[in-house]
Amino acid sequence: MGPLIPNGVIPYEWDSVLAILIGIAFGFVLESSGFSSSRKLAGVFYGYDFAVLKVFFTAAVVASIGLYYMDYLGYIRVAELYVQPTYLWGGIVGGAIMGVGFVAAGFCPGTALTSVAIGKIDAMVYVVGIMIGVFIFAEFYTLFQPLYEGSFLGNITVVDSFGVNPYWFIFILTIAAILAFYLTDLLGKKIKKVFY
Amino acid sequence: MKNIEQNKHIYWNPYFGGFLLGLIVIFTFYTTGRGLGASGAMKSGVVAVVETVAPTHAANNAYYSKFISEDKSPLNTWLVFEVLGMLIGGMISGGLSGRIGLRVQHSPKITSRRRLYFALGGGALFGIGAQIARGCTSGAALSGMSVLSVGGFITTIAIFGTGYIAAYFFRKNWI
Repeated sequence: MGPLIPNGVIPYEWDSVLAILIGIAFGFVLESSGFSSSRKLAGVFYGYDFAVLKVFFTAAVVASIGLYYMDYLGYIRVAELYVQPTYLWGGIVGGAIMGVGFVAAGFCPGTALTSVAIGKIDAMVYVVGIMIGVFIFAEFYTLFQPLYEGSFLGNITVVDSFGVNPYWFIFILTIAAILAFYLTDLLGKKIKKVFY
Repeated sequence: MKNIEQNKHIYWNPYFGGFLLGLIVIFTFYTTGRGLGASGAMKSGVVAVVETVAPTHAANNAYYSKFISEDKSPLNTWLVFEVLGMLIGGMISGGLSGRIGLRVQHSPKITSRRRLYFALGGGALFGIGAQIARGCTSGAALSGMSVLSVGGFITTIAIFGTGYIAAYFFRKNWI
């Protein structure tokens, strides 16, 4: 019964080993999908390349279907999985700041790391930038604290807070993903290509 | 022969990449009970540097002190190991496809210097935002959405929604 390490099926010592192996797979897939290229990533915001939307949305749908299917079959209990806490305004404001950073730099932290791995200097500068951002946040923590700790709603999922059936929710999410893929492909044909 | 314009690098089909990424997320939750991440490791890096340079300052700061403990280094976290793996994985993939090389990638319409300034500024914004939202596109958005976390959906919508609004102002950098 999963999750394996929290339930003691695999000894805790494997945690760090798995972290490296999972990281290798994660980095490999991101790089091979073209996420080490900021110009490819930024394409999602200008409509010349929707790879970010396709990879990201496909992954989220596959993962949620898989996890809930494994829960249904009894291999894992979704209730035991880590759900990050929801801080309403923290999530909105933090996300908005990240959105501006994303389109300014063309990277998010995970994709930038794979880009650092293949020697792109702009990605290295970007990672330094992130560390400066973390430093600014920590040094002015008292200013950010009300936003960081306010509007706490708990470690909630859509099932807890809206009482929706998770299977229907995932089904609708999947349909939304397929629609988004179809519509962006239509849109992509009308937009001038950018080669990089 | 007609010369067809195309991109320099050919990457995987995005649905194939997304499918494999989804399987990685499932495997991660199945084995460790937690999701993927990236920005958390960079936070650990900052905490470690500040703790080394100015230990009393780090201990007195309400944010750094959350991540400092007596018995282990702030770098001894799951995400730091995962991120080391990501660097290895990215290098293997890039190496197999001949994409490794020191360079600054930017649109031909802007200079390298401009690209680096925007990379630094964008990084700083992302660093601040990822602290406020307690995670980035990997930890909050992807892993959060996979377990149907409300926060995951909120952060995802906020990131991409604002990205589209801000895109107009940064268009010269990309198109």
